[in-house]
Parts: sequence; C-alpha cells; structure tokens
Amino acid sequence: MRFSFTDDQLAFRDAVRDLLAKECPPERVRAAWTSDDGRSGAWPALAEMGVVGITAPEAAGGLGLDDLDLVLLLEETGRAALPEPIVEHSAVALPFVAEQLPGAATGDVLLSAAPGTGLVPYAADTDALLLERDGRLHLVRTADATLTPRPSVDGAHRVYDVEWRATAATTVGDPADAALAFDRGALGTAAQLVGVAQHLLDTTVEYAGQREQFGVPIGSFQAVKHHLANVALALEFARPLVYRAAYSVARGDPDRAVHVSTAKAHASDAAALAARVGLQVHGAIGYTTEYDLHLWMKRAWALAGAWGDAAWHRARVGRAILDVHTEEQ
Amino acid sequence: MDLTFTEDEEAFRAEARAWLEAHVPRGLPSGDTREGFARHLEWERALFDARWAVVSWPVEYGGREASLMEWLIFEEEYYRAGAPQRVTQNGIFLLAPTLFELGTKEQQDRILPRMAAGEETWCQGWSEPNAGSDLAGISSRAVRDDAAGGWRLTGQKTWTTRGAFCDRLFGLFRTDPEAERHRGLTYFLVDLRADGVTVRPVERLDGDEGFAEVFLEDAFVPDADVLGEVNEGWRVAMATTGSERGLTLRSPGRFMATAARLIDLYREKADAADPTLRDAVVRGWMDAEAYRWQTFWTVTRMMEGGRTGPESSLVKLFWSELDVRLHATALSLLGERAELVDGPDAAWMKGWQFSLSGPIYAGTNEIQRNVVAERVLGLPRR
Repeated sequence: MRFSFTDDQLAFRDAVRDLLAKECPPERVRAAWTSDDGRSGAWPALAEMGVVGITAPEAAGGLGLDDLDLVLLLEETGRAALPEPIVEHSAVALPFVAEQLPGAATGDVLLSAAPGTGLVPYAADTDALLLERDGRLHLVRTADATLTPRPSVDGAHRVYDVEWRATAATTVGDPADAALAFDRGALGTAAQLVGVAQHLLDTTVEYAGQREQFGVPIGSFQAVKHHLANVALALEFARPLVYRAAYSVARGDPDRAVHVSTAKAHASDAAALAARVGLQVHGAIGYTTEYDLHLWMKRAWALAGAWGDAAWHRARVGRAILDVHTEEQ
Repeated sequence: MDLTFTEDEEAFRAEARAWLEAHVPRGLPSGDTREGFARHLEWERALFDARWAVVSWPVEYGGREASLMEWLIFEEEYYRAGAPQRVTQNGIFLLAPTLFELGTKEQQDRILPRMAAGEETWCQGWSEPNAGSDLAGISSRAVRDDAAGGWRLTGQKTWTTRGAFCDRLFGLFRTDPEAERHRGLTYFLVDLRADGVTVRPVERLDGDEGFAEVFLEDAFVPDADVLGEVNEGWRVAMATTGSERGLTLRSPGRFMATAARLIDLYREKADAADPTLRDAVVRGWMDAEAYRWQTFWTVTRMMEGGRTGPESSLVKLFWSELDVRLHATALSLLGERAELVDGPDAAWMKGWQFSLSGPIYAGTNEIQRNVVAERVLGLPRR
C-alpha cells in the first residue's frame, strides 16, 4: 500500500498549474462567457504539453498514460475553471477513439462526450461526439447531429441537447465500454470539482484575511473561521477518494463504480459547500458578477450536477452495498 | 501509487484475523465499570500474551515492530472481529508515544512493559474544574521537595476517564507559578495509590462510573517520574494531544466496523424504515470509506518521512462527527425501541451516548475548527 503520486506525476501537475495560470487566468474564463467560440485559448498550449492527448496511445500521437496520470491535471483544470471540455475529450472519448480519429490526440480534432448522461458540453465546437444508446457507445460526427444550445447558469459551460441517429456504423463500444466511459466522465468531473473547491477556499480565505469590519479582518471571527474550516474538512476527505477512484479506473478494479460514485458524491458536496461558504463569507461583493467569485461558484453548481449529482451517486452506491444480490437464484 | 497490500501485509492480516476470530470474547460488560474493567483487562492480557497488544512497539516491550500500515491493518481486523475498545488505550496510545519520544531509557524500560501487559493501567490528568478546552489554565501545582528527591502535588483533576479503576495518572501540574501560563508546567507520572491521593468515581452520561475526580494533597512524585524537563510540560503534553487528535487512537477500523453493523441493522429494518434512512446509511458507509482513504493517504506520507501537524484537527473533527452520525442513523432505524437499554440493540444507545463525547474530549470541535482555520488555513488569530 503506497497511496501517493510519483515525483513525475507531481511535476506534471505543477507544470500544468503554471501553464494554466498563464494561459487561463480569470479574465479568460470571464471572456469565454461572451466570446464566439467560448474558449479560453489555453487548448493549444495544453495540447503542446501533451495534456490533451495524454490518454491516447503513443502510436496515435498521445502519451499512452492513464486515468491516474490524468487525475491531478484535471484537478488543475478545475482550479483554473478551464472552459474547454477536457474531461469529455481527454478522459472520456480519447481512450476509445484515438486510433480512428487522427488529430484527436493533438487536439486538432475536438471531441465531446456524454455517455449515460444528457447535456453535451461544447458540442457545437466539436468534430465528433461519443454518446450512448441502449448500452452501446457510438461515435457520431457532430455534423450529422442536431444541436440545441441550452444556456447554462455557468456561461462558460456551453451545453447542448443533441439529437442523433445510432447505426451499426456509429457503434464503437459495448455496454462494458459505455459503463467505463461514464465512470471516466464522473471521475474526471470529480477531480475538477476538487480543484474548483480548492480555488474557492483559497480565494475566500485570502479575502477573509484582508477584508476588515469592526476594525479587524473578518477572518478573525470564529463564525467565519468555522465556515471555512468546514470547507477544508470536506475537501480533505473528498480528495483521497478521487485519487483512489482514479486508481480503480486505471487498474480495472471490480468495485470501480462504487469507488467513482463515492468520489463524485463527496467532490460534488465539497464543491457545493465551498461555493455556499465562499459567497457567504464574501458577502455582497460575491453577489455581483463584476467580481470573479461567481465564475467558480457557478462552475461548482454546473459540475456538481453533471455526470450524476451527489444523490444519484449515493443511490448507486446504495444499490451495491445495501441490496442483497441474489444472482445465484 | 499501489493500493494493493504487499504479501507481507496480507500475511500479517491473515495471522491477525485467524487469532482474533478464535479469541475475541463475546458479551463483555462495559469496560467503564469496575467489574467490566477487570474482565477487559483479562482480554487485554490475552492480547499481550499473543503479542497483539502493542503491535507497533519494539519487540523488547512486547510488540512486533509493525509498520504504521500494519498497525492500521491490525486495527481493521480487531474491530472487524467485534473486539471491544481498549481500556488500556490512554496508556498505550497517548502516554506511550510521548514516552517513546521524550522519556528516558529508564522510564521506558520500567513503564512500557507493564503498560503493554495490562499490569499497570493509566488515565489522563488534563482537565481541571476550571481548565477544560483552555488547558493552559490549570492551577494544580507541584512544589519542590529536595529532601525527598521529588515533588509534592496539590490540586484537583476531573473528568478523568476510568480514573476510578486505573493505577496511575499522567498529567500537567504548575511548577513555576510566576511563569507565563504556557510555561512553568511540568508533566508528572502520578501513582494513584500514593498517600495524599483521593479518587472519587463520577457517573457518566451513560450511567457507568467511567469518570473520576482526582484530589491531590501533598502527594509525592519522585524525580524519576517527571516526563521531559521541568517547566517544559506544555511541549511534552502537546506531543500527546497530537496523538489523541490524530490517528493513533481512532483508527478507521472502528468506524468501518460501525458502518458495517449499521448496514446489517438497515437490512434487518429496511422494510419498515423511512426511505430517507437508506440515504443516511449510504452516507455513513461512504464517510467511513473517506476516513479510511484519508488515513492511508496520511500514513503513506508519514512512512515517507512526513509528520502530522495541525491537520490532525481535521481528522479529529471528521471521525468524531462521523461517529455521531452513524449512531444517530441507527437510532432512527430502531425507532421507538431505540430508547431501550436492554436487549439486542441496546449497544446503539450506549454507543450513541459514547459518540457524543467525541466532539467534546481531546479539545472540543469548536477549538479544533479554530486550529484548522488559524494553523491550516492561516486565518488571523484574534
């Protein structure tokens, strides 16, 4: 039992953090709300670094790495509130289609995915979509689908309802593949939620240390301290669950679904709490859209519900641990 | 990252499981009564004879030199087998780590083997009537007795768990009344049978005589029973509270076992239970998992040379509030019969009352949240 990351994995994480600080600062996230393509502009740099194609085989232009190598990087994309659909592209779709879609590993071909879920992030901007019907995975050309934009509370989380036709030619995976694709989406989103929550906590702690009322920083009041301690508590215990789930997905653990659901439920709850406390501690300034807090708060709301919300995932865990399974009968 | 256990770890687990399954006693009375305490000590001596009492300790003191990971494995198996919480825990989990770190070789050789064997039992002497969360506010004092080669202790300790049954007490006493309040304290190891010591049992919330008040009047403690340097008691005591709040006392095994029993209870009562309780049961199980994996995460860091700091306050907050939630859910499943303190399910009411002490002792959870805010997050002190 050695529950830690390698020096290489941590160094890659640090490099991605530095890159996103430069290529996806808050003003880019804000601009993505109103720009034509809704992008931060960090995608080419992420592709250059190998992040976008990380899960594609080396022969297909990727790094040939797995979910465990990716999880810390996705956490960073959450911390930066990266708008581009990196979970859908790199974590969900690429492992299944990298070889048949040249250009996907380098990020030149953009993918989105929503197997087992409904709304498809960034669909209009993509070349192809990985979707599920009747338990099978399908790869659909975006040009062959009908897209309806559904405005989100998070203006940088562009989502679509998609109508599409499944054919034998679009089929790329069986039910086991579809289940794995879904778990990868939930896991990647859980990792992003941890990053979102960490950013909300960090910025709120910073604000509480500076903002003065009654002649002292508001962070010196116990009522405020305890709110923030609760966020630290939720994050401290959500994060290892996300890493454990990443390991289970990468290694094909038979209890993968339970591990992913436990992680997603805790990550969703931690991010929702970080958003709630973040707003309360900021007070009225956090209630404006001029201030950046709302960009992360709304990302937390959007992602907390994406790929199954906390209640959905707890119900899935409940079926696994509470119901008596009687397949032998 | 490798989340599988090594062959050695698996072999260790199998050996512990086999022994525990064959030897764990059934139906022991509460260890917080005089009769129950004696029965529990028999069990703890059986553990010691089989070298399971203090697995992480050196062999010369009765241990197996188990790694932290093996200790966690042992604890999982211990509670999985339905074994009771240790009545020797304040000695082996709180005093012993301090002795290993700051005690003299003479103290270690004299005290640790008898502690491990359950021949000499220890209680903690922190709280006083006017010093609870504010530990540095203690007023019990120790006065130098050069002629006798030691100290004379006078004052009162209170809420002393199992104080009425234990042989000795470790605690803080003021040796320099002129010093700033965190200084001038000294850590003493006190014989509760000594002249000048009076112990009065106090009935706890659950009806057991698990608490005691300890009155000291010129009670003599020899120099050999000063732990650490004179007037350095605060630093010595902090080494122990780190253990108390952190993982050494509250291994995940205990909460995993409680969650597993809760699932059994749910399956028994599910047909009649309110559907919302299903979600509460799942939350309890998932939180126990979260506690387990956070512990593995922390232990890996410690085995790679890290130390725990104020993060141990996060750990204390989590397990203590988890324990309350697990028991509250069980009581809801039991419905009107939850109040019964006799019968097959009475352990839940007993456990519920015990769980309510968790957010209070070892530094209340309000204090812990302050510690997290100030020392983990860096928010300003007042």
